[in-house]
Amino acid sequence: MIRVRNLKKDFGSFTAVNDVSFDVEAGEIFAFLGPNGAGKTTTIKMLTTLLKPTAGSIELDGLDPLTHQNEARKRFGIVFQDPSLDGDLTAWENLEVHGVLYHVPHKVRRQRMEELLKLFELWERRNDQVKKFSGGMKRRLEIARGFLHTPRILFLDEPTLGLDPQSRNQLWTHVKKVNETEKVTVFLTTHYMDEADRVAHRIGVIDHGKLVAQGTPKAIKEQTGAESLEEAFLALTGSTIRDESAGAADQMRQFAKMWQGGRR
Amino acid sequence: MSAIYILWLRELKRYTRSRAQIVASLGQPMLYLLVLGFGLGPVFKRAGNGNYFQFIAPGVISMSVLFSSIFSGLGLLWDRQFGFLKETLVAPVPRIQIMIGRTLGGSTVAIIQGLLVTLVCVLAGFRPVNFATVPIALGFMLLIALLFAALGVAIGSSLQDMQGFQLIMNFLVLPIYFLSGAMFPLADQKLPLRIATGIDPLSYGIDGMRSVLLGTSFYGVYTDLTVMVVLGALLMVFGAYRFSKIEI
Repeated sequence: MIRVRNLKKDFGSFTAVNDVSFDVEAGEIFAFLGPNGAGKTTTIKMLTTLLKPTAGSIELDGLDPLTHQNEARKRFGIVFQDPSLDGDLTAWENLEVHGVLYHVPHKVRRQRMEELLKLFELWERRNDQVKKFSGGMKRRLEIARGFLHTPRILFLDEPTLGLDPQSRNQLWTHVKKVNETEKVTVFLTTHYMDEADRVAHRIGVIDHGKLVAQGTPKAIKEQTGAESLEEAFLALTGSTIRDESAGAADQMRQFAKMWQGGRR
Repeated sequence: MSAIYILWLRELKRYTRSRAQIVASLGQPMLYLLVLGFGLGPVFKRAGNGNYFQFIAPGVISMSVLFSSIFSGLGLLWDRQFGFLKETLVAPVPRIQIMIGRTLGGSTVAIIQGLLVTLVCVLAGFRPVNFATVPIALGFMLLIALLFAALGVAIGSSLQDMQGFQLIMNFLVLPIYFLSGAMFPLADQKLPLRIATGIDPLSYGIDGMRSVLLGTSFYGVYTDLTVMVVLGALLMVFGAYRFSKIEI
């Protein structure tokens, strides 16, 4: 369903994603793990047509997102890592805009909106402007929005960030459900290793832009001789904290973007 | 089509929900209109140019259209900052439709704003010479709104954050306004100023408004119309192109 070959992305002299290749089968839940700044989000952005790769090829359901942008976009849904809601609109209107943009027929749309708002416990607040929501509520709304249309591939970029255990549990139950009943392929990133271990069929570990391991959670644990996925992850990526370098890289990107504009 | 509609509706909803902003954005045109309009009136009259308030009203109406349309285009920057832009960019809708929806929404808001200022002008004593031509003036308002909303989108697509905003304001939006002849007659100016006003698209928009509302024109109404339509179309294409190139 997703086929990535020798994917590379440079921001100036900094290489965010370096020669990454992997496959995700149809109906699979694939977890993409890595420390901060390892290149997870950059990879997702390239997969979802938001960034152009420097080199390498991508296929989504047999389509190249570079040449068949719109066709490819029809295939996937995404829950972003950082907020992407319109704060001036209400929860209901945010979903409505999404549903219209994704061509969900009116009747189905209304019905699913109601279901999802109830499922993520936002129904009572549906007519409130999103800017009045708490962080957790916004997060839940974004996730609900991701499920509004039924894509063939669902990208979840750290979906559980800032969620309480109840909502997290709700989310993963729902992810598993759509994966099983509607055969949706799921590509997710997370920092919670136990979640990846529980939900994912296969895992890829990325560090410094390179894919350092991939396989089933069991295989990865065996490969490193670790008891838990967390241990295996630390064995693969080391235990130094990455925030610092990630911040610098991000800043550099920001800086480069600011001056180059969209001219790249 | 439905994508264009929903994005247009979104712009409108955002506008009607920010009431404080609506009132605030009326403040500046009112200052120009009432203070300059009445303050410079006697001097203008003595110089033999007629009623300054009548003269400045189309300029002030255009100014409010200019400001709100260009800022709606630059609203891209807010959407980029707060993330909503991503949501529209990954949607399975051609980007041209997203750009059109935004631009039409921004233009509609600008026209509403322009009509509010028009109302203030009429209340303060502005009278067009011929009421039959008022719809044509509305057409010029629409052209101004579309042209500058497209310009705003083109610029907003190229800027990455809010830091460039002041730059745009001081080196683009204000010069466009001041050089447009909104506040002074274009006739009998020295060459440098004549060139500067000649390359400012707003000059033609305002001149067009004056020609239909007051019956006085510098470039001639057909020149005004041609320049606005051609330049508007070009900027529309350019804005759509820039928008299609956005990477996040």
